[in-house]
Amino acid sequence: MPVPPLGSRLRRTVRENLVAYLFLAAGVICFALFSWYPIVRGALLGFQQVTFAQPAQWVGLDNFHRLFDDPLFLTAWKNTGYFTLLALVFGFAAPFATAVVLNELRHGRSYLRMTVYLPVMLPPIVTMLLWRWFYDPGPGLFNHVLGVLHLPAQQWLESENLAMVSLVLVSTWANMGTTTLIYLAALGGIPGELYEAAELDGASIRQRLWHVTVPQMRFILMITLLLQIIGTMQVFVEPFVLTGGGPDDATVTVLLLLYRYAFVYNDFGMASAMSTLLFVVLGLFAGVYLRLTRTKG
Amino acid sequence: MDGSPGISRRQLLVPATAVALSLALTACGGSTSPSSGVDKNGVVTISVNGMPAKTQPVDRKNFLEDVKAFEKSHPKIRIDAREGQMDPKTFAAKLAGGQLEDVYYVYFTDPAGLIQRRQAADISKYIGDVPYAEDIDPALLKVFKDADGKTYGLPTGNYSLGLLYNRALFEKAGLDPDKPPATWEEVRTAAKRISALGNGTVGYADYSKNNQGGWHLTSWIYSMGGDVATRQNGSWKAAFDSEAGHQALQALHDMRWTDNSMGTRQLLEIADVQKMMGSGKLGMYMAGPDNIPTIVKQFERGYEDYGLAALPGTATLGGGDGFMFNPKASPEKIRAGLTWVQWKYLRSPEREAVDSKRAKRDGVPIGLPQPRLFAGDTQAEIDRIHARYANTPVGNYRPFVERNAQVATKVEPPNAQQLYTILDGVMQSVLTKKDADIDTLLKDAAKKADAVLATVK
Repeated sequence: MPVPPLGSRLRRTVRENLVAYLFLAAGVICFALFSWYPIVRGALLGFQQVTFAQPAQWVGLDNFHRLFDDPLFLTAWKNTGYFTLLALVFGFAAPFATAVVLNELRHGRSYLRMTVYLPVMLPPIVTMLLWRWFYDPGPGLFNHVLGVLHLPAQQWLESENLAMVSLVLVSTWANMGTTTLIYLAALGGIPGELYEAAELDGASIRQRLWHVTVPQMRFILMITLLLQIIGTMQVFVEPFVLTGGGPDDATVTVLLLLYRYAFVYNDFGMASAMSTLLFVVLGLFAGVYLRLTRTKG
Repeated sequence: MDGSPGISRRQLLVPATAVALSLALTACGGSTSPSSGVDKNGVVTISVNGMPAKTQPVDRKNFLEDVKAFEKSHPKIRIDAREGQMDPKTFAAKLAGGQLEDVYYVYFTDPAGLIQRRQAADISKYIGDVPYAEDIDPALLKVFKDADGKTYGLPTGNYSLGLLYNRALFEKAGLDPDKPPATWEEVRTAAKRISALGNGTVGYADYSKNNQGGWHLTSWIYSMGGDVATRQNGSWKAAFDSEAGHQALQALHDMRWTDNSMGTRQLLEIADVQKMMGSGKLGMYMAGPDNIPTIVKQFERGYEDYGLAALPGTATLGGGDGFMFNPKASPEKIRAGLTWVQWKYLRSPEREAVDSKRAKRDGVPIGLPQPRLFAGDTQAEIDRIHARYANTPVGNYRPFVERNAQVATKVEPPNAQQLYTILDGVMQSVLTKKDADIDTLLKDAAKKADAVLATVK
């Protein structure tokens, strides 16, 4: 059978899939306009001095040099790293443990599931104000409880040592609901026979958890870990509302510094240079994430 | 996906949306061509901001009445009024997207940067035609001028920081509310006595967050006879690592840790302190007169509850607000905008009388000691009108009025916001660390400030 020429094959393919291409084009245009173009433009701004009143001027690596000269630059990265690390300690273990406990419950599971998810539904600013009251060194809830237990009151947000831990606790409380639900779903997908077999072999709860649950959830745990690193490195609302970066710059994060450059000092060149660096770092983690998901697929 | 700390996308929402919006707008609207804004009948339409929000119904109604009256008396000008004032989060995006109003509101911290970045129009050649412009206090007009003396805006409000206090708490603590503290030593004593009332009462509070700590520390240092930045051989240098800087921080440290008269919660900002004052739990804080109506309105208090004293010491920080003009605005729009700003905000004594009468009727405060925009006879005439229609207890502000003339008003340092960020850290250390080393704090901060000041042109 003779093969039709390439041009006519292409035309036929296009004609047959025209509607699909039109749908695809709408998505591509939207992404290009609202996602890709701002990203490219943002990266370019990092090499420019922009006032928006005059044409932008190319300044080469000047913005990056100024950024590296800023003593807060290193502080912000260190603080962000510290927050990410603490968030892994608290925030990674907490939803997993909660999910395992919820999964084992026989009664009130749906009610508790909803309770765990409830903080996610609160607007962030409400969460922050609520926790500000919890942390208040005077009439705050936490110090009140410590007082009842005859323990010394703490300067939750005012102490350099405690401030970051306090922010991580807020963040964990506010966001763990979604991850808990993901883990619950993953737990539900583990074949019951595996547990039955383990029980027949005389495995204890701890052994079942370690030899069945964790290996079965390894992939989902790895993915949430990566997403959590990507997410926590972008921490902003907590330090912005609760500490303003204090005390003594102990909670200045990369995004808070970026915000200051852009909207307090009106220096969009510096802000864009900073966001480009953040983009590169997060891009590395995103690359690992993509590789992992592709391998699994 | 949303999850444990950080997986949340909402954390990123605020800055990411703002940056993306700014960038997207830059991309979409940067090439808006200027138009004269004059229609075929010779009517020029100008967009202006500063219209009060719907949550302030009386102020909004009065504003719209003014727009109507202005358009009636100036048939060749139409006002396109918009809500909002200076918002650094949207300013650049609006400018880039061609959405910035022709006449826009600014705080005194803004003009220097806006002029340097050429984000405001030069109005020098039009200002001679503005009635009463020559009577404006030259110190206020200077805020809107560049090094060459060109003018880029007009002031419409001003304040100098004093000491706002709760008269009832003064009485309860056995202090005379008509004789508030005039020295920092007296502030300290009064704060101790007010704190001794107990029940969560705080004697004195101050800010230390979001650049507001640096702002107030600057005023503290001014009051102790010092400076935050000085010009030496044509370049700026940090000047707060001084005796005055040391004294200011020592005073704050002692009140916080020795006297325990500043409460336990720190990292406060203006809204927190106003709330404390509004709930009757705070004795004193550093504030301009404009804080009084805010507290009265927000917390449903009476004007008689509060008194205002001049800041102790030799100098205080002054600031204010005004209007500048879109760098892309046509000459016709600039002329019309100047006419509006003068008519609405830099009122003739005749219009001031009409406005004060209406304000008194609507319960809008008249009789606060500031703003004072003019110099000489014009201001004296306006003061007489305000005294006639006063609906606030002007006697409560006598301690401010009587001594304020002896307290020099100094403007904010160059690159103010960056310096305030640095000084925020100093303020936070002193208020949150009992063993804060003031010498080291000042030395380290001065080094950082020198780097920031080196960029001042």
